[in-house]
Amino acid sequence: MNDVMTAEATRGTAAQEIADFVHDEAWLLDDGRFTEWLDLWTPEGIYWMPLDWKQQDAVHETSLLHEDQFMLRLRVERLNGARTFSQKPKSRCHHVLNRPRVLELGEDRAKVVTQMHYVETRLDEQFLLAVTVTHDLVRQDGRWKMALKRVDLLNSDAAFGNIQLLP
Amino acid sequence: MTAMSLAERIDPLMRPQAVHRDLYTSQDIYRLEMRHLFRNTWVYVGHDSQVPNKGDYYTTQVGDQPVIMVRHVDNEVKVLHNRCPHKGTKIVIDRSGNTGKFFRCPYHAWSFKTDGCLLAIPLKKGYEGTGFDQSEAAGGMASVGAVENYRGFVFARLAEDGIGFHEYFGGSLSSFDNMVDRSPEGRLIVSGQPLRYMHKCNWKMLVENQTDTCHPMVAHESSAGTAVKIWEEMEKPEGAPKPPAMEIIAPFMSPYEFFENMGIRTWPNGHGHTGVHHSIHSDYSAVPGYFEALSATHGEERAKTILGENRHNTVYFPNIMIKGPIQQLRNFIPLAADRTLVESWIFRLAGAPDELVARTAMYNRMINAPTSMVGHDDLEMYERAQEGMASDGLEWVNVQRLYEDGENLEEEAVLNGTTERQMRNQFHAWRKFMLWGENQSGAAAMQRPEAAE
Repeated sequence: MNDVMTAEATRGTAAQEIADFVHDEAWLLDDGRFTEWLDLWTPEGIYWMPLDWKQQDAVHETSLLHEDQFMLRLRVERLNGARTFSQKPKSRCHHVLNRPRVLELGEDRAKVVTQMHYVETRLDEQFLLAVTVTHDLVRQDGRWKMALKRVDLLNSDAAFGNIQLLP
Repeated sequence: MTAMSLAERIDPLMRPQAVHRDLYTSQDIYRLEMRHLFRNTWVYVGHDSQVPNKGDYYTTQVGDQPVIMVRHVDNEVKVLHNRCPHKGTKIVIDRSGNTGKFFRCPYHAWSFKTDGCLLAIPLKKGYEGTGFDQSEAAGGMASVGAVENYRGFVFARLAEDGIGFHEYFGGSLSSFDNMVDRSPEGRLIVSGQPLRYMHKCNWKMLVENQTDTCHPMVAHESSAGTAVKIWEEMEKPEGAPKPPAMEIIAPFMSPYEFFENMGIRTWPNGHGHTGVHHSIHSDYSAVPGYFEALSATHGEERAKTILGENRHNTVYFPNIMIKGPIQQLRNFIPLAADRTLVESWIFRLAGAPDELVARTAMYNRMINAPTSMVGHDDLEMYERAQEGMASDGLEWVNVQRLYEDGENLEEEAVLNGTTERQMRNQFHAWRKFMLWGENQSGAAAMQRPEAAE
């Protein structure tokens, strides 16, 4: 095996690892294992869901979500709380993923974009969101972690009822 | 069917300390609100920074009426009904854009100046000798009854005749003044897109909630209470600064006493605000350079006075709320008796540091988004109330807290911050403007609604 082929084989493995990460992350959310899901983030990691189509400025304009680890932890603990009235009964969610496209892949950094259909339900209500999810991953202590997860809703400018779980 | 005056229809539904659930659940009442209340009052349309250039337009609705707000060639902001006088087609369908010097209907190419006047009709000779000049259509696109641009905030009254803008809002305009005065240039600019949040409940529940100071520590315990708990449990250095999220969410857990002492002021015609003495916005940290910029415009004393005002929510009856200290405006757009679209807008203070609009954007998404933990519990309460009111077990909604015999809602008053006087004030104004211009003796009779209502 020559050097080029070795490099490509390694690349293939790393790309597979990235794709697996994206699938596993969605699986944890669908399974309601939110506390484990929090372990997938870097300490500075941000979950961003823009409000405007192709929004560039996350900070000086309104977003649907732009949450740091304090807010995400709050979100998860709230979901588990006893007086979380909008979660009596609890919502459930379901992701269907297209094949993740690895856009950038380095030793310790990767960018991958995945189209998904996200379904959330509670009581008699169920809705579908078409989303494009971009993960900025970094390798820390031998594991891939999310530095930024950007979730673009196809209909981000539509009026929504409650979206209570996380696409 | 028996002729019945509007007063005879609505008066049995109102008591000084309670209102009948029909005000929230009846589609017949909703239609009467659109026909009377939203015609006779001054209703918010949009902000003039949404249409900065000639020909810029923005589409929305006033009550259930589709309208276009447009910047005319003379730089005035006009509000026109979004309806072609020919066949009824909506002239513009997108939410905003620039139409140049005229509107052109996409159906038959009738064109109109941006003040609505008819400009041209293709093959016009087909109307010669038909008496077209006398037709309604020859008048072009219809304007609303009256428009007022108050320091950038554009309001419309659909009715041709009615109460004047300043008489209607009176002293309540001081909340708009304070919000705009916070800009060193005396001007606000809309930032980004509004949150659009669909509520399956009556619009009045949302308006009442703006001055409901007995719900935050209960309904929002799951978010605000949990935030406080996490912060206390976190390992952190002594005196570590609170994360911005704590600054915004934690005050929702303030005790009843805090809300009692903050005070509520009501003005005539349904307007009022919480936070007379202090509010949940009082303890936001200072942003470097801002006070200096504001002082350069107003002088230090005046700048201190402006920033010392910490009004929480100001309700402008019938259907908006503003937060002066953080430059947010929420529009509760009634779509049906049980359906309300809530738009939450934010503004940049011209000439102020960017950190301020960043905090405002954070507040908006943390509290008022369809994805917000605080919003989730509010909507849950409204929708439970809308469903609960289907019950025939009890028919009245209570608004009695701190009610006083003989209270005069035509007078300004400052009271304990947990009073429901502002809700009663809104219902008082509701009746007043439902019946505005009606002959209450029954001469302007209406048909009794279907028994099935």
